Amino acid sequence: MLYQIGFYTRATLIHIGSIVWLFLNTIEEMVANIRRGRWPFRLAAFFAQTDRTGVGSVPLVMLVSFFLGLTMALLTGYQLQKFGTERLVPTLIAISFTRELGPLLTGIVLAARIGAAFTAELGTMQVSEEVEAIEAMGIGPLRFLVAPRLLAITLLMPCLSVVSCVAALVGSGLISWVTLNLVPAFYYDAVLTSLYVSDIIIGLFKAMFFGLLIGLIACYKGLSVRGGAEGVGASTTDSVVIAISTVIGFDTMFNLMVTKATG
Amino acid sequence: MNTATPLVQLIDIVLKFGDDVVLDGVNLAVHPRDRLVIMGQSGGGKSTMLRLILGLLKPSRGEVRYKHLRVNRLSRGKLNLLRTRMGMVYQYSALISSLTVRENLALPVEELGRKSRKELDRMIEEKLDIVGMSGTEDKLPSELSGGMRKRVSLARALMMEPELILFDEPSAGLDPVISSVIDELIINLTEQTDATSIIVTHEMESAFRIATRMAMLFQGKIIQEGTPEAFRTSRNPVVRQFVTGEVEGPITEATIHHHADHTE
Repeated sequence: MLYQIGFYTRATLIHIGSIVWLFLNTIEEMVANIRRGRWPFRLAAFFAQTDRTGVGSVPLVMLVSFFLGLTMALLTGYQLQKFGTERLVPTLIAISFTRELGPLLTGIVLAARIGAAFTAELGTMQVSEEVEAIEAMGIGPLRFLVAPRLLAITLLMPCLSVVSCVAALVGSGLISWVTLNLVPAFYYDAVLTSLYVSDIIIGLFKAMFFGLLIGLIACYKGLSVRGGAEGVGASTTDSVVIAISTVIGFDTMFNLMVTKATG
Repeated sequence: MNTATPLVQLIDIVLKFGDDVVLDGVNLAVHPRDRLVIMGQSGGGKSTMLRLILGLLKPSRGEVRYKHLRVNRLSRGKLNLLRTRMGMVYQYSALISSLTVRENLALPVEELGRKSRKELDRMIEEKLDIVGMSGTEDKLPSELSGGMRKRVSLARALMMEPELILFDEPSAGLDPVISSVIDELIINLTEQTDATSIIVTHEMESAFRIATRMAMLFQGKIIQEGTPEAFRTSRNPVVRQFVTGEVEGPITEATIHHHADHTE
């Protein structure tokens, strides 16, 4: 039992250390390229990744958020109606999505959709010696492969989180109008008055941080693939599971810290 | 005997992966314009030697030298700079599968050199012409056969005009005709460009066709080094068995003992 605890703790610490190493070395390779008077990463690759990560994820993020917002408003609305406080639905949805569910939901969607793709792609490249070939040419593989992906997902997560919030508000607004008789003008006004700038900033910051975590985990799992096609499959599954668990774990820790700090 | 300063030197190299000793005191010198063929059993550490020269692996003991540079002690930046003077052709080509032939060839120059678009296009055209692959610029690696991919991989290795070209099993998986074409290409290229090459293979016909010098790796050590002629007439029982491909001999015995040790 103790041996197993020690074994898993050691393995976890090694993985965390390796992810930190990956992050620092990616930055180091980018800085080295800037010093040589070049772009820190391949611009074409960055735009391709932002297109895939951002534009490509919009429909799924919108769909999931729209229906989750709608369902939340419907369920909470019916309960609040019993106490005659259904007018609180817009406030509830606005705050919970802006601070919490928007970044979290986007994180989960991106971990599954983009994190898995990053791991599978880099894993296949690793197995077919493409990563080694890039390194053998004298090109830093981290700045070439990891940097565009990491930057794309880190920068696009906040944007997608905004999309998620808007979609959820539209969904919940529609259902509130139909089932709770809350007219759109009232709904819109209630959302605006209930939200503080700090809520929006916290949400965006969280989304950005989640993006960085998902990108790092996905790239790390991809570059550490061993054992052919089976290894790629196993690493892709691990990547999604670890990224989602880490995002939820960090979110909980963050909430506990913020709640404690703000009383 | 070549008295010129070696381009590459492996000095008393020991490489271990855990308890497995892959290379056990390897000493080897490669001189300018050599076409050195390293032979040995599959999984015997031949390709590992190429990775040591490129600085992709660090030896557990010993030193890898490129001219006066100590490869295993270079910083990452200097190592990357040194790698631009070498080209590597991988066993399975290792072309970037998501990039076209043109993009694959342009990659090292775009990332490391400073050439205009026009100059780069001219270089790509020239290198593809050398390997007989003109007209494939817009194809993806998946649209090419194994032999074609290997030729494109060679063209990519030539893009930075390297002093040293490393070939990992250039004939593996190819039919005899294409294999001969690749061999001829290696010979012509090294003669035209004055490049030095190290070729790892276990295919004897190909080895004797290409080599100006040969080395045999067995049980982590270089057991013989010399001209192809010396290898043909070698009295070393290991070399003789490897060259003739006989079933009975010291290699078979060593392999059986090795398997027995691992299954005990």
